[in-house]
Amino acid sequence: MARKPSIMIVDDEEIVRTSLSSWLLEDGYDVLTFESGKLALEALGKKQFDLMLVDLKMPGMDGLELMKEVKKSLPDMPIIIMTAYATVDTAVKAIKEGAFDYLMKPFDPEEISLTIKKIMKQQMLEQENVYLRKELAKQFQFHQLYSKNKKMQEIFELIKTVATTDVTVLIHGETGTGKELIARAIHAESLRKDRPFIPVSCASLTETLLESELFGHEKGSFTGASNMVKGMFEMADRGTIFLDEIGDISPKLQMDLLRVLETKEIVRIGSAVPIPVDVRVIAATNKDLRKGIENGTFREDLFYRLNVITVDIPPLREKPEDIPLLIDQLIEKVNIETGKSVKRVSEDAMALLMQYRWPGNIRELKNVIERSVVLAKEDIITLNEIGPCVGHISRAPAAAGDLSLESMERSHVAAVLKQNNWNISTSAQILGIDRTTLYKKIKKYNLEQDK
Amino acid sequence: MNIPVRVLPPIKNPVEALDRDRKQYYSTRILRSIVNSLDPDALRTVGITDVDLFIPILTYVFGEAQLDGTAAIVSGARLRQEYYGLKPDRRLYAERLFKEVMHELGHTFGLTHCDLEHCVMHLSNTVAGVDKKRADFCTNHWDEVGKKLKELERAYGT
Repeated sequence: MARKPSIMIVDDEEIVRTSLSSWLLEDGYDVLTFESGKLALEALGKKQFDLMLVDLKMPGMDGLELMKEVKKSLPDMPIIIMTAYATVDTAVKAIKEGAFDYLMKPFDPEEISLTIKKIMKQQMLEQENVYLRKELAKQFQFHQLYSKNKKMQEIFELIKTVATTDVTVLIHGETGTGKELIARAIHAESLRKDRPFIPVSCASLTETLLESELFGHEKGSFTGASNMVKGMFEMADRGTIFLDEIGDISPKLQMDLLRVLETKEIVRIGSAVPIPVDVRVIAATNKDLRKGIENGTFREDLFYRLNVITVDIPPLREKPEDIPLLIDQLIEKVNIETGKSVKRVSEDAMALLMQYRWPGNIRELKNVIERSVVLAKEDIITLNEIGPCVGHISRAPAAAGDLSLESMERSHVAAVLKQNNWNISTSAQILGIDRTTLYKKIKKYNLEQDK
Repeated sequence: MNIPVRVLPPIKNPVEALDRDRKQYYSTRILRSIVNSLDPDALRTVGITDVDLFIPILTYVFGEAQLDGTAAIVSGARLRQEYYGLKPDRRLYAERLFKEVMHELGHTFGLTHCDLEHCVMHLSNTVAGVDKKRADFCTNHWDEVGKKLKELERAYGT
């Protein structure tokens, strides 16, 4: 996830600082407050801020003077000037000198939150714009996918061919290989590209919740259903729905899904009226569905409905030539997100990254690079940053003799958990999987925390 | 949430919370007086008041909570249809009050605002906004609340 937007408040009145900062904290921002322009300027050199809220009247340096100083080094910093005594003159002056907005204290809560949202959105779009422009020129790129690998290039070609038809596609690949990005690329190449792309993770919800998410429900159809809610299929109308982790859905939902694929109609929970939907279905799984058919957990008829075209994404360890390319892309992206200017990975660190087996695939690589860019003290990522993530784990095989993938996974998961004091969120992030998957692995391998 | 709820006897709004010029009560001060009279058995305490609340930098607030704390306060003043010169509607009022109580409780569980419009943790500064969201957390936020509850269960027993 991107870091929280960070806001600086500069006001000489303590009560303003505390009440505004606690309100903004509830809104999920990172907030720092300063009582004078001088202290604010010092802090600007040390930390990156996305927005400043500055009081107009302060002893010493006033709000407009502070703004002038800030704009010298940070011309794009959005600044909101706050004042208790608004006059048209000062307002005009503030805006002329580059304030984003001029608000009178006390603020109307709706006004201040809309103003801040507007600034954040604008900044996001600007960042995205810079990023996208650079990306456009890139070779080996297919939408958000990058690869020099022959098999991947074939997949890109296949996507172009099948995208314009409405056939169902089943994407198979290990966790973190970019199944959703493939699905997005198919959508973006298709005639449906201007309509919604709706991703649904089938594993993260319970059966009933997933059913209601997919098909919607009528008002009063169950406790808590206080309004009619449209399901994802209806929202994806004339667009694409992406059903991730399809191998995890219950037999009942498998049947419901099969019916939707056959009739192209959905029925909301609590209703008997079929609603026609025009949706392209792309499904993905990291499981072997044929095995599911054999042991009776996956319907064969649904499998054949979904598996009209199969895209099999190779794991990262089978395409090491992509590792440097992906690292370049990731460093550039994280630099933009964090304001850092990391240039590259040192040679010995790169050697280690090339050797590593990447059980979490590209998502794990992404996490390692994100972490390393943030931690990097110089503009080069070294073994110091990479080592703790992949170092000793990749060098020390699980147990001599047992080099099966399963045993490697078990020891890798256990090592990462131990290293992070069994913090599930952090460990899941480092492993490049979601928390639910990590819990499943803990259960599967019977892992326990040392007491 | 499957947690027993008890209604405590009413307490007076503290005098020092009233701002005579603004004719409103400073919510942080009421919150403080709730915190001072907390029942040690209660995991969370939510005060409900009919007076209009503010914090100094804002013209009004619907409520306030201790982020990742134990207490919260919600005002019903601006949740009533009458406030906007409309016909009273008890059911709608109760629904809004419930949503705001859930919202502030969410903050006491450490949740911040949610981008999803239907999630009760979505920030709403107007009743229109309150009416738009559901009286329920989104799945991610339910997960977080569930995690917090489990932690509490471990710390205090059931």
